[in-house]
Amino acid sequence: MCGIVGIQLRDETLYPNLGALLTPMLCHAAHRGPDSAGVGLYGDARYTRPGFSSISVLLGEVEVSQVTTALARDRDLGAVEVTAAGPTTVIRAATEPWTLERGVAEILDGTGAIIIGRGRELAVLKGTGDPSALAATFDLTRATGYQGIAHTRMATESAVTSAHSHPFSVAADLCLVHNGSFANHATIRRQLQAEGHVFDSDNDSEVGARYLAHKLSEGSDLEKALRQLCDEFDGFYTLLVTTADSFAVVRDAIACKPAVIAQTDSWVAMASEYRSLAGLPGIDQARLFEPEPEEVYLWQR
Amino acid sequence: MTSANTDSGTASSGLRESATFDRATIHEIQRAAETGVYDIRGWGAKRAVPHFDDLLLLGASMSRYPLEGYRERCDTDVVLGDRHAKFPLHLQIPVTIAGMSFGALSAQAKEALGRGASEVGTSTTTGDGGMTAEERGQSKHLVYQYLPSRYGMNPDDLRRADAIEIVLGQGAKPGGGGMLLGQKITERVAGMRTLPVGVDQRSACRHPDWTGPDDLEIKIRELREITDWEKPIYVKVGATRTYFDVALAVKSGADVVVVDGMQGGTAATQEVFIEHVGIPTLAAIPQAVQALQELGMHRKVQLIVSGGVRNGADLAKCLALGADAVSIGTAALIALGDNSPRFAEEYRALGSEAGFYDDYQDGRDPAGITTQDPELSARLDPVLGGRRLANLLRVMTMEAQTLARACGKAHVHNLEPEDLVALTIEAAAMARVPLAGTSWIPGRPSRDGDRW
Amino acid sequence: MTPTDPQPTTDRRAERTTKVVDLASSSVRELNQALHESSSTGGESSAVEWVITNPQGEHAIACGLTEPVHVRIEGHVGYYCAGMNQRAHVEVRGNAGVGLAENMMSGRVDVSGDASQSAGATGHGGLLVINGNAAARCGISMKGIDIVVGGNVGHMSAFMAQAGRLVICGDAGDALGDSLYEAHLYVRGTVKSLGADCVAKPMRAHHHTELADLLSRAAMAYSTAEFTRYGSARSLYNFHVDNAY
Repeated sequence: MCGIVGIQLRDETLYPNLGALLTPMLCHAAHRGPDSAGVGLYGDARYTRPGFSSISVLLGEVEVSQVTTALARDRDLGAVEVTAAGPTTVIRAATEPWTLERGVAEILDGTGAIIIGRGRELAVLKGTGDPSALAATFDLTRATGYQGIAHTRMATESAVTSAHSHPFSVAADLCLVHNGSFANHATIRRQLQAEGHVFDSDNDSEVGARYLAHKLSEGSDLEKALRQLCDEFDGFYTLLVTTADSFAVVRDAIACKPAVIAQTDSWVAMASEYRSLAGLPGIDQARLFEPEPEEVYLWQR
Repeated sequence: MTSANTDSGTASSGLRESATFDRATIHEIQRAAETGVYDIRGWGAKRAVPHFDDLLLLGASMSRYPLEGYRERCDTDVVLGDRHAKFPLHLQIPVTIAGMSFGALSAQAKEALGRGASEVGTSTTTGDGGMTAEERGQSKHLVYQYLPSRYGMNPDDLRRADAIEIVLGQGAKPGGGGMLLGQKITERVAGMRTLPVGVDQRSACRHPDWTGPDDLEIKIRELREITDWEKPIYVKVGATRTYFDVALAVKSGADVVVVDGMQGGTAATQEVFIEHVGIPTLAAIPQAVQALQELGMHRKVQLIVSGGVRNGADLAKCLALGADAVSIGTAALIALGDNSPRFAEEYRALGSEAGFYDDYQDGRDPAGITTQDPELSARLDPVLGGRRLANLLRVMTMEAQTLARACGKAHVHNLEPEDLVALTIEAAAMARVPLAGTSWIPGRPSRDGDRW
Repeated sequence: MTPTDPQPTTDRRAERTTKVVDLASSSVRELNQALHESSSTGGESSAVEWVITNPQGEHAIACGLTEPVHVRIEGHVGYYCAGMNQRAHVEVRGNAGVGLAENMMSGRVDVSGDASQSAGATGHGGLLVINGNAAARCGISMKGIDIVVGGNVGHMSAFMAQAGRLVICGDAGDALGDSLYEAHLYVRGTVKSLGADCVAKPMRAHHHTELADLLSRAAMAYSTAEFTRYGSARSLYNFHVDNAY
């Protein structure tokens, strides 16, 4: 159970302020999820850059140098860059996301470290503990970019670890945060496992992320994949899902878990509570509304 | 409903009863086919489940020293709700009376519960139907339940209460709402609940204005704001995914968590719910305590346990497993006179027997407790009923003290899981205490150096 | 707390003292404590008008009031604003979050914008006026409250509504009035679907009268002839027991 927030900027002059906008949004959602927090940032120059791919990793006991030394041996990757953000490390190289991911995964195999994000635009940072303190650890106020989502977590049935924190990003540039509780996630997890998907955690929200990734890989667009999710998933959910160019919100049929959307010409934002949106520039003129049940709301850049 | 197994008469005639389709099962299928309605009844689970009788206490002798039974001090008081509330409850004994509504019970029964509890310095609880003047008047400590239906909920009573109990579920029916059948919706009951007289009331199973712990945190803050942070706030759950639910109650800000096991009673619930949903009380306590301990909140957020607690031995064992107090419901009603042999003939006329009566939903209780019939309810004298309940509460407390002293404890709360062993492997696994005479806790590696 | 005292301005319409509380500098706890203490002083409280600025979507603003004070909130509020209200008049100039005026007993609550889900939930009395739209479960388990919504209401509105009146000047979402008891529902626009046991019923003279009164108190200028009344078919009042013996 959680607080979720996110913003897609339409006005380029706001890009340098992404972190300044997102940080108070996250902090105002802290009371909904005091256990842990995470963010997904799109286009933050600290973690991603044109022509490069980024892999976000929770290294745990693994030394960064171990990874960089091993990656340096792979001539296909070219120069490898690394940035640390709290418990998360972001690794960059001028190659395709899957090429870099394969390289990193080989090195980390069996170490307990896990990959929590991948893509050309996306960096995922997550950890455990007080969300406001984590935001400081991530130096979130200084984040830049065109889109960001964040999550504060009150763990329901799975452990409080960084790996269990949201967002869940299981395909290039795809990122999901969830508030609620899926009622049939174990069955869908088994179906996905039977099709070869491997899970990083026993979190129900990861099942949602893997399901969407699966549907996207089968050719569905994000809107269709979210409709398919509504058909198959039982239980309560408000989902905020982003890709490199999309920002989407959907709620279950009963729609108990809260959601507010605000839209101006400069940005579109979503949060569990209005409180998180109250500080956004131009909020007084924004169109404010709550998403209807089982309706997919999608904004394309 | 009573379940009959083979008796010698039919067995000797060579007839063989099916273990799968026994007579009670056949009867239920016939009843369902004839009426098209599920069976609704009162009481709690009747099937045998691992229970406190499967645990034994290790009294002291040489390695530990017992306390003198009548001379040396063994305290029983408990403070509930001192985490955030300005006015926590100070109870003299760790046995409280569980929530039972006016509607399910007669006004006389509610008054008797208040009188009995007050006489021994403990609390009683309203139920799914609001607070009556009689029970407030006679209850020194009254816990006001905040339920999905919000029947009779109002801010005046909220401020008159000594504590607020947010009810998410009940051991008899975790995940289900309350019921009260039309026979018991008299004018006064209907008036308190704003319902038409005589409807079969089916309460909501989920609160109308919050869902989940993130919203509950905000709801608890609202209740604290309305009452200026004076009242302890309890959160009550039916025992199912107890470890998670207790942790989430604590994270939502509860001062006290109440866990009601599957043997917990009800005035009217589908039989299928009573017998097939939830986990035994015995199994729920270690889960709840583990959640509290991991959050560093054991004894800071108090744990009240209910569901099949009958006597001082059950009480002592609950406390030893880590509870701060227990609640009794069915046992309290029996103390008032429920299922008394005095009404044997009348029970028989209703198709039941003294000791078997569970048709609380019908409102024809000969003992005058689970009824709204003026003539029947007049049979219960609230003063005498209160005295009987106070006696039971005293006996339970003295029994628990006796056992605690035997284990060398100067306060009943100093009982601990290490004072317990189990008689069966099932109970050992659920209570997480060793099988008697061994160091074996099923599912746990044995400790180095174990010598018993 | 320090309500910014310096401006005991005098309202021209009545001899009223205005107390301004800025939630950018005071906490909700301080505000509510001050409102409760002002309530308990009785008599003179009605002469005070409270103005709350910068609510910023905070929760439980002005809940648990007991006296006829007037509280005006300048901006959007979070969950449970005016919860369990008694006698006070709480006015929100903005939108309201979940559970607006939940379990209200009496008094009046006005919202200029939209209300989130469960507005007026389990309310026993008083008048709740939502000028914009209300989300899902508006009037859930209502027990005597009157609710007038200028716009639309979401799904499952008036679920298990026991008593009181819900007036919807716009459209109603799915499953309106599911498992309804004796509450009266009036809808001016369309109803996406009716819940179990909820049926359209004829408008009799006294229905026009009560609806006209509510519309006028809520300052909604519609003719009662534009509305359809819905109520309980009462088929769920008792379990249907067959007798196939």
